[in-house]
Amino acid sequence: MNPTAVDTTESAARPAGAPAPAGRRRVPTTRGAPPGSGRRPPLVLLVPACVAALFALLPLGYLAVRALERGPGYAWDVVADERTLQLLSRSLGLTAVVVAACLVLGVSLAWLTVRTALPGARAWSVLATLPLAVPSYVAAFTWLAAAPENAGFAGAALALTLVSFPYVHLPVAAALRGIDPAQEEAARSLGHGPWRTFLRVTLPQLRPAAAGGALLVALYVLSDFGAVSLMRYDTFTRAIHTSYRASFDRTPAAALSVVLVVMTVALVAAEARTRGRAGHARTGAGTARPAAPIPLGRWRIAALAWCATVVAVAVAFPLGTLGYWLAVGSSAIWDLGDLARTAWTTLGVAAAGAALTTLLALPVGVIAARHRGRGVRLLEQAAYAGHALPGITVALSLVFFAVRYAYPLYQQLPLLVCAYAVLFLPVAVAATRAAVLQAPPVLEDVARSLGRSPISVLREVTVPLAAPGVAAGAALTFVVCMKELPATLLLRPTGMDTLATRLWTETGAGSFAAAAPYAAALILLAAIPSYLLGRHRT
Amino acid sequence: MNDLDLRNDLRIERLAKSYGPEATVLEGLDLTVPGGALAALLGPSGCGKTTLLRIVAGFLDADAGTVAVGGRTLVGPGVHLPPERRRIGIVPQEGALFPHLSVARNVAFGLTGLDRGERYYRTEEMLDLVGLAGYGDRMPHELSGGQQQRIALARALAPRPALVLLDEPFNALDSALRAGVRADVRAALRATGATALLVTHDQQEALSTADLVAVVRQGRIAQCDTPQNLYRRPADPWVAGFVGDAVLLPGAVANGGSTATTSLGNVALTNPPDGRSTGTVVLRPEQLRLVDPATAEAVRGKVTDVCFYGHDAKVSVAVRGLGDPVDVRVSGAVSIDPGEETGIRVTGEATFHP
Repeated sequence: MNPTAVDTTESAARPAGAPAPAGRRRVPTTRGAPPGSGRRPPLVLLVPACVAALFALLPLGYLAVRALERGPGYAWDVVADERTLQLLSRSLGLTAVVVAACLVLGVSLAWLTVRTALPGARAWSVLATLPLAVPSYVAAFTWLAAAPENAGFAGAALALTLVSFPYVHLPVAAALRGIDPAQEEAARSLGHGPWRTFLRVTLPQLRPAAAGGALLVALYVLSDFGAVSLMRYDTFTRAIHTSYRASFDRTPAAALSVVLVVMTVALVAAEARTRGRAGHARTGAGTARPAAPIPLGRWRIAALAWCATVVAVAVAFPLGTLGYWLAVGSSAIWDLGDLARTAWTTLGVAAAGAALTTLLALPVGVIAARHRGRGVRLLEQAAYAGHALPGITVALSLVFFAVRYAYPLYQQLPLLVCAYAVLFLPVAVAATRAAVLQAPPVLEDVARSLGRSPISVLREVTVPLAAPGVAAGAALTFVVCMKELPATLLLRPTGMDTLATRLWTETGAGSFAAAAPYAAALILLAAIPSYLLGRHRT
Repeated sequence: MNDLDLRNDLRIERLAKSYGPEATVLEGLDLTVPGGALAALLGPSGCGKTTLLRIVAGFLDADAGTVAVGGRTLVGPGVHLPPERRRIGIVPQEGALFPHLSVARNVAFGLTGLDRGERYYRTEEMLDLVGLAGYGDRMPHELSGGQQQRIALARALAPRPALVLLDEPFNALDSALRAGVRADVRAALRATGATALLVTHDQQEALSTADLVAVVRQGRIAQCDTPQNLYRRPADPWVAGFVGDAVLLPGAVANGGSTATTSLGNVALTNPPDGRSTGTVVLRPEQLRLVDPATAEAVRGKVTDVCFYGHDAKVSVAVRGLGDPVDVRVSGAVSIDPGEETGIRVTGEATFHP
């Protein structure tokens, strides 16, 4: 699988709150200063970009205001009790177990598929990325539907591990491919055996990639709502949801949200730091010669069995369970009309979300790609706020905001669409920025020298050239909107259901046969844009 | 078809630019290019030539100084004309054609003020000028590198710019193509009479293509002259070495300034020096001849190395009194081997640098 295709699959299944890996990479310009550097971005871009950034920061700011409304003392009392401590240890415990399991699965599969003579290595590698397309609540549904006694810590850890280990597998596999085989050959020629070479030369170079992947997994777990709530395992996200539903006092929910946001922001900051070091750790640009595969010898069968087990548990099992419940339920429980209506609603909401998100992302992405400076960096970081915000906290903050200042919007569609935009702005900004960077800046210089104003250059050169990438970003946003659960649950208009909320409700009530068609429809609908994206990139 | 009057001269005065306290790129650079001339800006990488080009084009702000074309101030105190109002065409490295537009629409991109018919006529005229008539419907990726470069030139020339900037336009071409494209570009520029500034780090290219060569060193013009003068009368030993192979000899002025005494004997000087009487004498390897060591006025030496290039050869000769061997360019067959004794005679005039 080539790196762009990897990026596509990965981003297609990116959960709320997980950063886009390509997000903050600076692509060096070939020579001299970048165009527009030292010059302010034109107002036509700057004003809408600032609007988008404010929009992205609004929920965060409002959350803080709300949490401190009755004074820091009250908020502290809410936060500093035994229950919070308990939630903290449960959330962190789940995160630690899932991250450790993902590291074992991800690194072992990456090494086996990239560096060894494993039969069918390519096919295993592709199969190992498929779980990314499965939303965590669908995985949780299949495990519960197979055996309801799975509920609890073990079930949540299992479901989350099996959907998120590709976040480790993909970057580690990419790093392995990037290592110059000459380094390992040099180590061997200096008297190191294969095992010592792996430990002393290969593994240290994989550390940044593995750490980056592990942090993505940690973010995924902390912000996950679907799997933990279906597995009835109380973490911050589930407690926030329950507290919001149960009580008219919204301060506890807000205070818990602030704690959760602080945790995720700390993780994002940590991740940014490892990325910075990863940049220094690498020398040279990839390798001209692929490494010779390492023969597995008598370990061949064991390696094959390991890969087969992982794929069976992570891919075959969910699909099998889903198929079983589809067959069992069949027409007895299915209401095709209802399914079609829900699917149609889902598509509509996701399309609106993708449209607004892309529109807001466009000016930010262009500025981020073409201009530099402190203001530009701040603007970009503001737009990336959604990275650090779990869906439930964004939803909560928008609820507060709407109730206070825009009551007519409360429990109306526009508010939900706004939540999608805040959550997925990073996805669309990253795609736009990458697309604009692909268009050589010298083309814009030429257009200027031929008498075009900055706006005409944008319209006639930059946008047409970036259009395919921007469209790909919109499709990506569409997919993640379609799969979004926690914000949709809180913000949907009364009586409206998306495939995700319906699946959640039916599974929560234990009616697995009724939930199955919604899960199948969701996976199918999400697969179409993902497939088109993959084709577009290759 | 002289589109431009010859008064489109480029005048750059005291231009300064730095990217920070420690990163001064241009320090008060002066350069004048007469209207209609093709000037080459020659310098090692990092000397500031690309920065200069970007300031002239309007993509970068200068810290101080002025840039004027045809008497119109583009950059000056309180003046910074945006690129689209400068009437300066640019031909970037590798052409940079708009990949989403056909060749004809690329060429017509700058022809905004014209009606359809005029635009079509001008586009055809430009395609014809660069020898690619009939290529209008192709897409850029369907052209070879050299063709793309010629279309880029046609695109830059189409709106009749006052000045054309060429940023190492031949770099991406393989050497077999380069000479041909270079000649075509020169002919097209001549035909339109446009003033042009060509940035390059290739001295062969600068000397063979330009009417005027400006050597840039550390953000200043070290010398600006015709190719012949630059080669024959370099302003200092660094310029001499940068624009070609040079033989540098310590020397003392004699005969009232008309000659200098060196280890290779008495050498006639082009420039009577004033002031100091000792300095460096600069000669070109082709000014030295290998002669029979028994010849009367020849200086004797021992051959240390022979490098054969095909059209000529370079013979290195160790001469007593000189630290390094001197290089002698020999055309035709070389009938001498390392270790043999030879005589050296100097022809022509040398420059003297105190």
